[in-house]
Amino acid sequence: MFNTTDIPKSSRITRLVDNLYAKMPVIESARARLLTESYQATEGQPVITRRAEAFAHILRHIPIIIREEELVVGSSTLSPRGCQTFPEFSYQWLEDELDTVETRSADPFYIAEETKQELRKIHKYWKGKTTSELALSYMAPEAIKAIEHNIFTPGNYFYNGVGHVTVKYEEVLAIGFQGIIAKAREELQKCQVGDGDYAKRSRFLAAVILSCEAVIEYAQRYAMLADEMASQCSDPARKRELQIIAQNCNRVPAKGASGFYEACQSFWFVQQLLQMESSGHSISPGRFDQYMYPYYQKDIENGNITREFAQELMDCIWVKLNDLNKCRDAASAEGFAGYSLFQNLIAGGQNKDGEDVTNDLSIMCILASMHVHLPQPSLSVRVWNGSPHEFLIKAAELTRTGIGLPAYYNDEVIIPALQNRGLSLADAREYNIIGCVEPQKAGKTEGWHDAAFFNMCRPMELVFSNGMDKGEMVGVPTGDVTKMGSFEEVYDAYKKQMEYCISLLVNSDNAIDVAHGELCPLPFLSSMVDDCLKRGKTVQEGGAIYNFTGPQGFGIANMADSLYAIRKLVFQDKKVTMEEYKNALIWNYGKEMDEKTAFEITAAVLKNLEAQGRAADAESVSSILRTIMSVKPKEEQRARYNEIHRMIEEVPKFGNDIPDVDLFARDVAYTYTRPLEKYKNPRGGQYQAGLYPVSANVPLGGQTGATPDGRYAHTPVADGVSPSAGKDVNGPTAAATSVSRLDHFVVSNGTLFNQKFHPSALSGREGLEKFVALIRSYFDQKGMHMQFNVVSRETLLDAQKNPEKYKHLVVRVAGYSALFTTLSRSLQDDIIRRTEQGF
Amino acid sequence: MDYLETKGRVFDIQRYSIHDGPGIRTIVFLKGCVLHCRWCCNPESQEYAIQTMKVQGEDKVIGRDVTVREMIEEVEKDRPYYYRSGGGLTLSGGECLCQPEFARDLLRAAKERGINTSIESMACAPFERIEMLLPYLDLYLMDIKHTNPAKHQEFTGRSNELMLENARKTALAGRTKLVIRVPVIPTFNDTVEEIQGIARFAASLPGVDKIHLLPYHRLGQDKYEGLGREYMMEGIIPPSMEHMDTLKKAVHGVCSLDCQIGG
Repeated sequence: MFNTTDIPKSSRITRLVDNLYAKMPVIESARARLLTESYQATEGQPVITRRAEAFAHILRHIPIIIREEELVVGSSTLSPRGCQTFPEFSYQWLEDELDTVETRSADPFYIAEETKQELRKIHKYWKGKTTSELALSYMAPEAIKAIEHNIFTPGNYFYNGVGHVTVKYEEVLAIGFQGIIAKAREELQKCQVGDGDYAKRSRFLAAVILSCEAVIEYAQRYAMLADEMASQCSDPARKRELQIIAQNCNRVPAKGASGFYEACQSFWFVQQLLQMESSGHSISPGRFDQYMYPYYQKDIENGNITREFAQELMDCIWVKLNDLNKCRDAASAEGFAGYSLFQNLIAGGQNKDGEDVTNDLSIMCILASMHVHLPQPSLSVRVWNGSPHEFLIKAAELTRTGIGLPAYYNDEVIIPALQNRGLSLADAREYNIIGCVEPQKAGKTEGWHDAAFFNMCRPMELVFSNGMDKGEMVGVPTGDVTKMGSFEEVYDAYKKQMEYCISLLVNSDNAIDVAHGELCPLPFLSSMVDDCLKRGKTVQEGGAIYNFTGPQGFGIANMADSLYAIRKLVFQDKKVTMEEYKNALIWNYGKEMDEKTAFEITAAVLKNLEAQGRAADAESVSSILRTIMSVKPKEEQRARYNEIHRMIEEVPKFGNDIPDVDLFARDVAYTYTRPLEKYKNPRGGQYQAGLYPVSANVPLGGQTGATPDGRYAHTPVADGVSPSAGKDVNGPTAAATSVSRLDHFVVSNGTLFNQKFHPSALSGREGLEKFVALIRSYFDQKGMHMQFNVVSRETLLDAQKNPEKYKHLVVRVAGYSALFTTLSRSLQDDIIRRTEQGF
Repeated sequence: MDYLETKGRVFDIQRYSIHDGPGIRTIVFLKGCVLHCRWCCNPESQEYAIQTMKVQGEDKVIGRDVTVREMIEEVEKDRPYYYRSGGGLTLSGGECLCQPEFARDLLRAAKERGINTSIESMACAPFERIEMLLPYLDLYLMDIKHTNPAKHQEFTGRSNELMLENARKTALAGRTKLVIRVPVIPTFNDTVEEIQGIARFAASLPGVDKIHLLPYHRLGQDKYEGLGREYMMEGIIPPSMEHMDTLKKAVHGVCSLDCQIGG
């Protein structure tokens, strides 16, 4: 049994949060400088050695700080919520955006003039040495072209480290890095000089040892700093705290943790430093309530700790998780808006034997999120038929606060879905969530979970253009769509475009994968993932037991509605011809030509002119643009396009509990999931699909023309597996039932279903009960994931007008929570539009 | 004739209703009412005849004839949600007692499928009609608007004797759970004395232990315009939360009923 009693929030936590958000985050250059110094000193050595040397050099010299009143220490930047940079992955975007990063609309960062100068100098060294440049050189030309044409976006790992992993925290807590070093030494001793893989294996193990030693040294630097601060501290209470911090950092993470407080500190160094080694995000703490529990339980039993103090320590960790930050390029910042690092922490669920293991700490995880009320960690809860009711009620109480947390996951779907991908039953039962919604087994998996955004709408555009996009062949020729005589022909053409585009997606992901393996293997991370030590290689080179690549498709609702409308209006009811449909799309259903389309057409015209050797001057460019802007359909054409749009509106849509439409959507989803799972990645693993957009459905919708479901050009596409915004008119139960009709079992990289509620839906105990019943019912029908925005429209509108009043307003975006005021205006509008459904 | 073929006239179905009876419910709104309450938020429900109403500038047909079979198929759709929440079917309106055969057969269809049943009704009909429903009814959410016949007459178009009598008969029959609901309408019944009067009456009914106070809201106002009717509650402000709390305390002052604000 577990204790669900509330624990009051300590006033320390309020002050820690206020200090954290007092200023705009800052970009710092210390890491980049130290990294580059080390790389310059190790030219010609093996890559793995250089990585470890650089990591060690950074940890020995990067400035350290203990913030006011902290109980758990370790900060990657001097400024709160600041970020370091990672030029070994890519730097060009930052170089280009140094002067605009402070004023951009999504996730701005302050950067000092001297930092800019230093980074510009550092960047010179990295030219030709980054993973992104190497990845580009490995990509097929047609894949590069598809990226340029926004068919898909592998930007995440193209620009950054991979991250998206959960390590064996429990092993560090148990034996410390001294224990892990001992294991590495043991493996090193087994190496025979005559072994075929001696060179790589021995260098890898040496790199692991060096990295782990550096982490121990780093903790000792904190111990010394804490001691020094204690000696100068006049407040006896704080002095005592600093002395304990010093003791903790002297012991952990070098040794195994002797109690809960040490375990918290040890956990934190691992969490922080994984994000110092690489810029990969979604470093997910996973089942914190499970691996921390033995330390908590022992301390409570022995009277070494109170429940209140344990809660305060957890709250401190929750605050620290928001202290880490990352600067992304402007386009990605739109797609991952809200400074999120997607550190997913999950509570509840089963153990490897299938018993429910919800405990005191599971509840305290929920309480911690209530106390700090911040976007990180991305808190998740596991739900199965045996989940304790009171645990879910507690989770619902957190949902009711409007923070968009937790996300709810269904064991009954995820466990078999993972088994279907080759995980053992025991491993599948112990799954946790990475990043947004991606399930995996901690400490054994390199899942490459967030491998790309694949826009399922773009291949449909290629069907209508016979493979052409903006004057270039991007897809495959599938024939003149206006001559197609049956729906099957259209659907087949879509499938062909999908298959082709998916093959290009795989090509580009694999190119990036290889580049990471060659240039940025990560020895510290690999020290905590099975079976890297035994196999003698990093996770980037296939050291993990389970290897996957999981790119996510989005726009499933748009494509299901599109194909359904084409079938009905053109081939069943014969109310519209394919030719008319095509023209209606070109003319955006009779809406005025928007600027974006005009610019795109102009660009295509110019490209053609250039290809013919006729370069255009500025004047002719603007005259072409003017001409295009002035082109208008004839009045009767416009009327017909409007009429077609009205007819489309009347065709049944996904999300309204109409089995015929929903099962059709299920089939359309297979056009993404099935071709994808045939492919292999360079680490020997399989591709697996996700259906979720993070927040990319807004910016990438902006790159998408009108679609046959009646969606206007350059408007957002549907979010995750959710119905298109405003198209689900029968309320949340109908929408949930529709979404559950997709085959979630094969979407083993995760599905994302957003629902929005007015706060009144969760009022009182009765409201919570009905809310939990809704989740349970969706899960009975084999949905995989569910998350909620509970905030009134009025609040959001007011926050747009008076952002300063709402600095802490957290909303669910898509797979994660973010501070509303930090989101770009368009994303804010989209969230407001979604809340308007007002169930 | 098969009871599933019984015909009735409805004007809306609302799934995921969470404020009208236990659990997650589907409400079927029946068309036609005997009263014309000035505050009615569904004025399109009052006429039995099929009407057109302007909704956001467009004509919308209000009312359609359906069979019990068609309706129960709609109600079936949310069975997974009833199962987890203890919810089910609620008949509302209009006044479902205006179509007693249809109401009875729809409730029966639900009961035979193991779906929980409830009606929202003001009991303004001969008691025989209520008796017809009782074998198939789990919960009666009964509106009692006022204890004063004259005032009742003035604001709803009918006096209240029949309803009060039916409330007592229903309670005495003991075949269904009875909950009394009071729409709290400023200028009509929102004084402490009026609410206490209703509470005393409710408390005198055998087996009744709950009373709901439903604060007046204006969400139906646009519909009057859409129907070309005058909204007689113009300028009336919904009661404040503080006032509702005062009324709740007033209820507790005169009886031991469990009183909740909202459904």
